[in-house]
Amino acid sequence: MKFIPNSSIKQEMLTEINLDRIDDLFLDIPNKIRIKGLNLDDGLSQQETYQKLKKISAKNIPASKILSFLGGGIKQHFVPPVVKAITSRSEFYTAYTPYQPEASQGFLQAMFEYQSMITEITGMDVANCSLYDGFTALSEAVLMSARITKKDKFLIPGNIFWEKKSILCNYAKGPNIEIIEISYDPKTGKINLDILSKKLDNNTAGIYIENPNFFGIFEDSVSEIKKMCTDVGALLVVGIDPLSIGITKSPGDYGADIVIGEGRNLGNQMDFGGSSLGIFACKKDYLRQMPGRIIGMTKDSGGKRAFCMALQTREQHIRRGKATSNICTNEGLCALAACTYLSWLGGTGLEKLSKKNFDMGKKLCDAITSIDGFTQQFSGVHFNEFVVNSKKPIDKINKNLLAKQIHGGLILSPWYPELNNCFLVGITEMHEDEDIKKFVQALREVSDV
Amino acid sequence: MYRSARFDEPLLNELLSTSIKENKTKIDKFQNSIKRTEAINIPNLDETQVVRHFNRLSQMNYGIDTGIYPLGSCTMKYNPKICEEIAAWPHFSETHPHQDESTIQGNLQILFELERMLSEITGMDFFSLQPAAGAQGEFLGLLLARAYHDYNNDNYRTEVILPDTAHGTNPASAAMAGYNIIEIASNSEGTVDLDTLEKTLSEKTACFMLTNPNTLGIFESEILEISKLVHKSGALLYYDGANMNAIMGKARPGDMGFDIVHLNLHKTFSTPHGGGGPGSGPVGVKMKIEKFLPVPRICKNNYGEYYFDYDTPYSIGKIKAHYGNFSVLLKAYIYILLMGGNGLKEASEIAVLNANYMKDKITASKNYVMPYKKNRKHEFVLSCEDLKKRRDIRALDVAKRLLDYGLHPPTIYFPLIVKEALMIEPTETESKEELDHYIETMIKIAKEDFELVKNSPKNTAVGRVDDVGATKNPVLNWQMIQS
Repeated sequence: MKFIPNSSIKQEMLTEINLDRIDDLFLDIPNKIRIKGLNLDDGLSQQETYQKLKKISAKNIPASKILSFLGGGIKQHFVPPVVKAITSRSEFYTAYTPYQPEASQGFLQAMFEYQSMITEITGMDVANCSLYDGFTALSEAVLMSARITKKDKFLIPGNIFWEKKSILCNYAKGPNIEIIEISYDPKTGKINLDILSKKLDNNTAGIYIENPNFFGIFEDSVSEIKKMCTDVGALLVVGIDPLSIGITKSPGDYGADIVIGEGRNLGNQMDFGGSSLGIFACKKDYLRQMPGRIIGMTKDSGGKRAFCMALQTREQHIRRGKATSNICTNEGLCALAACTYLSWLGGTGLEKLSKKNFDMGKKLCDAITSIDGFTQQFSGVHFNEFVVNSKKPIDKINKNLLAKQIHGGLILSPWYPELNNCFLVGITEMHEDEDIKKFVQALREVSDV
Repeated sequence: MYRSARFDEPLLNELLSTSIKENKTKIDKFQNSIKRTEAINIPNLDETQVVRHFNRLSQMNYGIDTGIYPLGSCTMKYNPKICEEIAAWPHFSETHPHQDESTIQGNLQILFELERMLSEITGMDFFSLQPAAGAQGEFLGLLLARAYHDYNNDNYRTEVILPDTAHGTNPASAAMAGYNIIEIASNSEGTVDLDTLEKTLSEKTACFMLTNPNTLGIFESEILEISKLVHKSGALLYYDGANMNAIMGKARPGDMGFDIVHLNLHKTFSTPHGGGGPGSGPVGVKMKIEKFLPVPRICKNNYGEYYFDYDTPYSIGKIKAHYGNFSVLLKAYIYILLMGGNGLKEASEIAVLNANYMKDKITASKNYVMPYKKNRKHEFVLSCEDLKKRRDIRALDVAKRLLDYGLHPPTIYFPLIVKEALMIEPTETESKEELDHYIETMIKIAKEDFELVKNSPKNTAVGRVDDVGATKNPVLNWQMIQS
């Protein structure tokens, strides 16, 4: 019942190894710190647990029960049932890291295929088989840039999500890398090129840009930025939303050296922000500086194609204090979901999906800005998210929307005080034209009050 | 006789692309500089092809649902199905991290209560649930140690000490946090040498990292003396919780004097490893370190409503996006509800019983030697050194031959202080029948025909894999095959 089959025969087993009591096995714990048990409730039956969780879950309102336009880089996308059918195969989800390749060929091949598709999407030469999330992937990219260039300054856009910035600052503490924020152009919402070129110097390890950026806007001055990097020997790190790649170039095509991103959108659920999937890919020259697990193709003793973990000498279990990263457990199952999802979608499907998201973003933007008192904050071309400026207090608007079973955008002022009364709205292929109408109608009503 | 499924399954890009390719994507308002001009080279397959492909792959993979998986320090225990099902409910899986607090009270309740439960289990005061894995927990723990020392104007502490039995992530995390690493040799019993520790500790020590029971499966009985020495030097004591499955309900790191603790929910609390992740590595701290914990903290007001608290001026900020791997945290919460305090205690008791049962039976056969102290907790480390000398059979060979019997091998070649190491952790979820079968098979292998063992495995999807070749000539994606 409690997943402890030997519970009823413990006495018999103890006798077999010449012990009397279970506590004989714990005599090496000093008396002073031995405890009698834990102050936790007794275990529940599976049925009781199920019912308890039903009650708790009812205190949540999931995306399917509310019309949501929340942005912030995470939104609900369609997850085809085929993904769950595959990730629920317990040979996959109950496996450990594939240390024994002969017993793990299935997972290893799937990860090799995941790496292949990420390589294609990013336009890089090599990809690893996942980091924790897109946020920590940026941190690892910055550390890696500093190791490669042996420089200790890194430039990031001032409008990356504050959480990402905070994580990066924590990761940069150890190697003492100076993180410099480049403010955005208040008109376009894109990175300010003048400031960027002023802050850039020979001590710069790299520049990070996002496509689309946190405000949903495409950074299209990529050739200018790449030239700035080349001039000072800095690396170009690009963050992507993989679902936008169907309409945009792969960053490798405009000179990126390292590409990172949040891969949750590829067949994973929102899950309240986690699990997540850190995408990480780079140019071949930097392979041996890469963090995380990498799966390679090789042969078995009979010359047959086989897969295994490659380049493990970069990793903590071999290199210990000199490893390229401390990462051990990654997000394997989320990578498997992404792999299944991309195979199901195909290249053509991804292109259509990107286009659909782009079109919905444009439709929603046109609809909202047609309402009096609502304007688009930035002029840059956006993907499926954008910043809306409201004449009326935005928190009140969101509150009133919620009363109508609609979740408004992400309020930005706590992190960007200059964006008072702005919210970041997002839309995906899951929304219908009818939903846009409902949102606009509701926005009209709540802003009239 | 065991036989693994064996398909010559092509790569996805070698499957016949049957769907019609069309690319009529036109975006007008777009700058040419970043507009896609070429089709994405991912094959267009039919759903039937995709499903068969991955199903066949899954059949060439070994999971805990296939059989015993006694990887030492990995705690591969059974993953209850109910946890999987509940975590997939849309009421949990379809929630957005930035939703209004009033619409996510269920999620917040779970996080709030889980923090209390983990505090009780470990004897710590507060927890951060944010780290995505044990290694990230270590990294957070060390950032907290740094914040603590900085706060006390004690910022010349540049060293982290750890024993030579430590997991590889310990030194890697300490290095990432900017510390110099000092590794100290274990004594003849396989535990921390108090004299060496005392001599190594100084006003430069930020932290001493310890796994207890250690990676040999030995409980550090002098833990109270260790704690005293570490604190006398002004350093903090860090607990690597990878081996927590040995002591739940029997002893608590908080009572041993540890200041910072990380747990691996994907080990001790039965959430699945997913072929490598997602995991979860919550970090527990004592009161004096609370104010540095990552934001947001999850709190409850007088009306019983839960909310995020970002108003913590000394917080180090964020370590992972949003609130950690929520789906993993949820599964661990369900597991703790199912087990209850007594169930967790029994889990540890039987995990230790199972390990000692295996240890006694295998060592009695005299085919494998067990160096260091005899008393072990939930895992034990055998050496094949004698077998290697006598018959040229190495730990690697034993591991590969076990695969032929449909049994997953133990962790091999770790910890580094044991030559030809086999590190075995059966966990509490294996039956005596499974344990006996494993014991018999290991004894049998030690006596088997040399060629048979050296040429194993034969019954797996592929034969012994050339991993050296994979590193020498890296082929890391299908693009590299073509070129």
